[in-house]
Amino acid sequence: MSPAVEIWPAVAQIGILVLLLALVHVPFGAYMARVYTSPAHLRVERAFYRAVRVDPDAEQRWMSYLLSLLGFSLVSVLFLYALERLQGALPWNLGLAGIDPAGAWSTAVSFTTNTNWQWYSGEATASHLTQMAGFAVQNFVSASVGMAVAIALVRGFARSGTDARIGNFWTDLTRGVVRILLPISFVAAFALMAGGVIQNLDPHTAITTIEGATQHLLGGPVASQEAIKDLGTNGGGFFNANSSHPFENPNPITNLIEIFLLLVIPFTLPRTFGIMVGDKRQGWTVLAVMAGLWAASLALTTWAELAGPGSAPEAAGAAMEGKEVRFGLPASALFAVSTTATSTGSVNSMHDSFTAPGGGMLLFNILLGEVAPGGVGAGLYGMLVLAVVAVFIAGLMVGRTPEYLGKKIGRHEMTLVALYVLTVPALVLIGTAVSVVTGPGLAGIQDPGAHGLSEALYGFASAANNNGSAFAGLSTGTPWYEWLQGLAMLFGRFVPIALVLALAGRLASQTKIPASAGTLPTHRPLFAGLLAGVTLIVVGLTFIPVLSLGPVVESLS
Amino acid sequence: MSTPTQNESTIAARPEVPGPEHFPHRHTRPARALTWSQVREAVPAALRKLDPRDLWHSPVMFVVEVGALVTTVLAIVQPAVFAWWIAGWLWATVVFATLAEAIAESRGKAQASTLRATQQQTTAHRIVASPMTPESAATFDGVETVEVPSATLRVGDVVVVTAGQAIPGDGDVIDGVASVDESAITGESAPVIRESGGDRSAVTGGTRVLSDRIVVRITAPAGQTFVDRMIALVEGSERQRTPNEIALNILLTSLTIVFLLAVATLQPFAVYSGARQSLLVLVALLVCLIPTTIGALLSAIGIAGMDRLVQRNVLAMSGRAVEAAGDVDVLLLDKTGTITYGNRRATEVLPLGSIGPRELADAARLASLADATPEGRSIVELVDTRYAPDGGAGAGRLAGAELVPFTAQTRMSGVDLPVPSGADGGVGRLPRDGAPSADGIPGNHEPSSGTVRRIRKGAGSAIQRWVLSTGTALSDAEKAELTEHIDAVSRPGGTPLVVAEQTGDRPARILGVVRLKDVVKNGMRERFDELRAMGIRSVMVTGDNAVTARAIAAEAGVDDVLAEATPEDKLALIRREQEGGRLVAMAGDGTNDAPALAQSDVGVAMNTGTTAAKEAGNMVDLDSDPTKLIEIVEIGKQLLITRGALTTFSVANDVAKYFAILPAMFVGVFPQLDVLNIMRLSSPESAILSAVIFNALIILVLVPLALHGVRYRPASASALLRRNLLIYGLGGLIAPFAGIKLIDLVVSLLV
Repeated sequence: MSPAVEIWPAVAQIGILVLLLALVHVPFGAYMARVYTSPAHLRVERAFYRAVRVDPDAEQRWMSYLLSLLGFSLVSVLFLYALERLQGALPWNLGLAGIDPAGAWSTAVSFTTNTNWQWYSGEATASHLTQMAGFAVQNFVSASVGMAVAIALVRGFARSGTDARIGNFWTDLTRGVVRILLPISFVAAFALMAGGVIQNLDPHTAITTIEGATQHLLGGPVASQEAIKDLGTNGGGFFNANSSHPFENPNPITNLIEIFLLLVIPFTLPRTFGIMVGDKRQGWTVLAVMAGLWAASLALTTWAELAGPGSAPEAAGAAMEGKEVRFGLPASALFAVSTTATSTGSVNSMHDSFTAPGGGMLLFNILLGEVAPGGVGAGLYGMLVLAVVAVFIAGLMVGRTPEYLGKKIGRHEMTLVALYVLTVPALVLIGTAVSVVTGPGLAGIQDPGAHGLSEALYGFASAANNNGSAFAGLSTGTPWYEWLQGLAMLFGRFVPIALVLALAGRLASQTKIPASAGTLPTHRPLFAGLLAGVTLIVVGLTFIPVLSLGPVVESLS
Repeated sequence: MSTPTQNESTIAARPEVPGPEHFPHRHTRPARALTWSQVREAVPAALRKLDPRDLWHSPVMFVVEVGALVTTVLAIVQPAVFAWWIAGWLWATVVFATLAEAIAESRGKAQASTLRATQQQTTAHRIVASPMTPESAATFDGVETVEVPSATLRVGDVVVVTAGQAIPGDGDVIDGVASVDESAITGESAPVIRESGGDRSAVTGGTRVLSDRIVVRITAPAGQTFVDRMIALVEGSERQRTPNEIALNILLTSLTIVFLLAVATLQPFAVYSGARQSLLVLVALLVCLIPTTIGALLSAIGIAGMDRLVQRNVLAMSGRAVEAAGDVDVLLLDKTGTITYGNRRATEVLPLGSIGPRELADAARLASLADATPEGRSIVELVDTRYAPDGGAGAGRLAGAELVPFTAQTRMSGVDLPVPSGADGGVGRLPRDGAPSADGIPGNHEPSSGTVRRIRKGAGSAIQRWVLSTGTALSDAEKAELTEHIDAVSRPGGTPLVVAEQTGDRPARILGVVRLKDVVKNGMRERFDELRAMGIRSVMVTGDNAVTARAIAAEAGVDDVLAEATPEDKLALIRREQEGGRLVAMAGDGTNDAPALAQSDVGVAMNTGTTAAKEAGNMVDLDSDPTKLIEIVEIGKQLLITRGALTTFSVANDVAKYFAILPAMFVGVFPQLDVLNIMRLSSPESAILSAVIFNALIILVLVPLALHGVRYRPASASALLRRNLLIYGLGGLIAPFAGIKLIDLVVSLLV
């Protein structure tokens, strides 16, 4: 199996993926714009609104939008926590007992924040009921919350002179689930089943292996979970092995479907954004930056893996350790880059086993704030916040005070954006720093030296950025990591959301300034380059010192 | 007759008020280059600014100062050459920053001291209010005054100022007219006229009355006069940070916190990796990473921006207005005096039928010789230069002439000339003394013969009515030709002036039409093209009718026109534009401009204007040149560009600094990191030191740029972004690699 043999199928696979995304994102983007702007309600939605007693047509100011969101998320965490603790007394428990408090807390937070960090083996810890009524439900709603926040920010840019009204959280949440996530997941689940992914409620099945030993194989509602796991950039696999498990991801076709699912919403939302602000070119620019960074990351990671040093990789033709031979190396790199560049965190190979530069690249994807293309919604609002930073730094150079999409970026806007940019790096750096010098923290780190530092950094980067994937080397099933990472997930999710919604409110109350020849053009390649540069420099510079001691040192060894 | 004599003397004393005749009109004080003496003089002020309580306002520099203190303590506790070098250069970094600010401030100081000279205590002649007869109240003749120190004057006090005296405070002239020397404030040596009523009634304390006597009502208390505000502005003592500067500071602070975090957490990582770092090196890394370049120069840029305005004789009452000037979307410009020379000028004569151009020109000239209006003067000028180059000979044709003044009823004016018997072609001679009797008072002249030649000029309909009333029957052909001429003039926005004459009792005849035209100043079209490229829409405001206004707008290249504009229309237009999210700039001088000036985002009041206008605007142009709006916009843009350029440069610099410092810090434990030492710096110590030195020196290198502003040429935003991003973005990435390498070469020789 030499790399040369693998190259063409790999290129074809990427080609098909890009083509599919290119074809789908135009109508899908328009559809999502309609979903979030249409005044009409579906019957099932009305029933839900009546049940929870909300007026779906009442526009909320940013503060009440945020309070609704936080209230909803708090209830989600509590419900999930209760479900996990009590699963032993509930049906379909597979004989599993309740989950311990720290673990239940970590998991409840993790699924509510769209992180889906798995310190546990899904099959050995969570009952079918917990998986379906808890995890699966959160897979839908946490994704829909992310999209709602992104749409609220887009409304802030699109609207002019409202009194900070940015939509209705309950309507946005419901529509995201009912009109976008459910229908696609439904179709995707069937596609995955057709591809061989299992879907049943079976308990363990005992089989006899070729060697004659007996193995207990767990069945379950995998295909339905799998579809939303990727579509909602959640990432929490039914099985511990996630998408490298043959029941979750049996062959290259399902692999491609899964990658498509995890990229489709993040890469389509810029289109929706362009339509909603009335200038599709703005959407194009954001999309171009996301796609450019993603492609560069993919190229570098694939190259690093193919050129992996050492005798084993030479024999295998590439760094094959930890990767599924079913998919081969390029498909593993493609999956890994896509799952870290979105906030998914599902894996079809073990990131810990990537070569140092390859793993470093995956880590860097997460550290960038997952904006290329990022999690559902989170990627778009992250990139828009960075666009505001770019406009602020360079926009002055056209001789006007900075403005983006007709909205002035003044001190209040800048304060919110500055805090946004600060939050996640602070969580990552402090969390990692504390963990690498304290006993309980060090205990979880499996490998010594630079690689161990990468593992810890990856753990906190993944948690604070709500990715959920792990450098498998870090044992996080300890109270230290469960609590610390839980906090990182919680703050990493909701502090930025609060800041983004406040920003949306301020922007919505501003009067839109019409563009002129003197306005900084934010739809040209030059601005796309600037935005990519700001993303790399401003965000990247924060992490260069620690990266240089982790993956960089390791790569140069 | 004493009254006319006095009038005459007043008129004689009236100097020509310098007007913005040529465009572009750049009345600027010579640009001041940065000199060593300036730098030397600023050093004490720079050292005073090291007070942490002052420095706290610039968080970036405050962090550097704390870093300098820490490294100094470290150097004392564990003396080492390297530690002293680092500490020294960190102090240098802070001092360079305060020095930049001190230099920027010192540039206004010279001007402030000349202004202070005008503020010397003067004696005011205050009118004693109580025993004032109605008569003396009306004329202020012979009122009783008391001498009081100018500092004790209060708002509402009325003072008398006579020739040779300094005006004791800001106020409005309520009686009299005088020529005033305002050079202390404007730098313009030619005196200006100040008179009661109208739009030229405001006087400034500290200026000097050269002739005559005026009565002034004080409008500003001592200590809050225009000069006081000017001094505060040019010295920068009253400077408040502008909104964008504050926002930028927030970004810089957050970047500082990010790097503080990155460096603070680096120690645990280093400890974990077995490469514990000294505090000295961590502080050096921190100072190199935080955006010191822009942090050091930010306030200097702001002060220098205001200074550039002052150099152009514009006073911005708030820094906010300077920033807003860069954002202006719509520029309202009065037609008269700004876009055109201010009055209609004769440009051509169009004779009717068989009449020769010379004959028409001659008649038009005669009708205008005694006409003191600019239009009348322009006809004489046109005829003398174009139609009768030898016209000097005709200088005395007004003997016994009677001026027929313009009235709203007749809507024409002209002259009645006695035709001397046997005279050659009706040409008369002036009286020997040569003074034209232009006052139109009948009975001053001896009639020479019975025949009178009447020449009339005026609007087409009025002249036609007059001609018909004398018994003339106009043929259809004549009427058609006349209408054709009139249309030919008015269609492109000109004003047709029809000329007719009547000799004796014979029927009058129409001679032809004079074309009067608003002449657009040279270079206006180019300026408007530039504005358009900058994305600024220009709107011409005029009282003219729509046809005339559009024609002039087309000639000048203005984007839009507000015709037949009243002050209310102007205000409504500004509001409308602002509701659409646009920023509006305008210039004005009259009291009825005050609401519009107050409403506009950038309102430039003319110094010659009324107190109301000056208070409503947020800038005052001492040269009273409305076209300066364009320069103000450019200065505003230049200020913002300078800030953006240095911010970009500062952030981009960090890449190279990482490449210098990180390998140096960890190469001891991880030799493989030497690959990252792409500058091949000689030793870890010299690498760190070189980065610190570069970081300090770059501030010094960029001080002139901060003070003078980056070069600005009007262009579209795309073009500006491309150019500046290339210079300051890419330049900011590359320059430090070269700079640090060079410094390292020197340092490795010394250390």
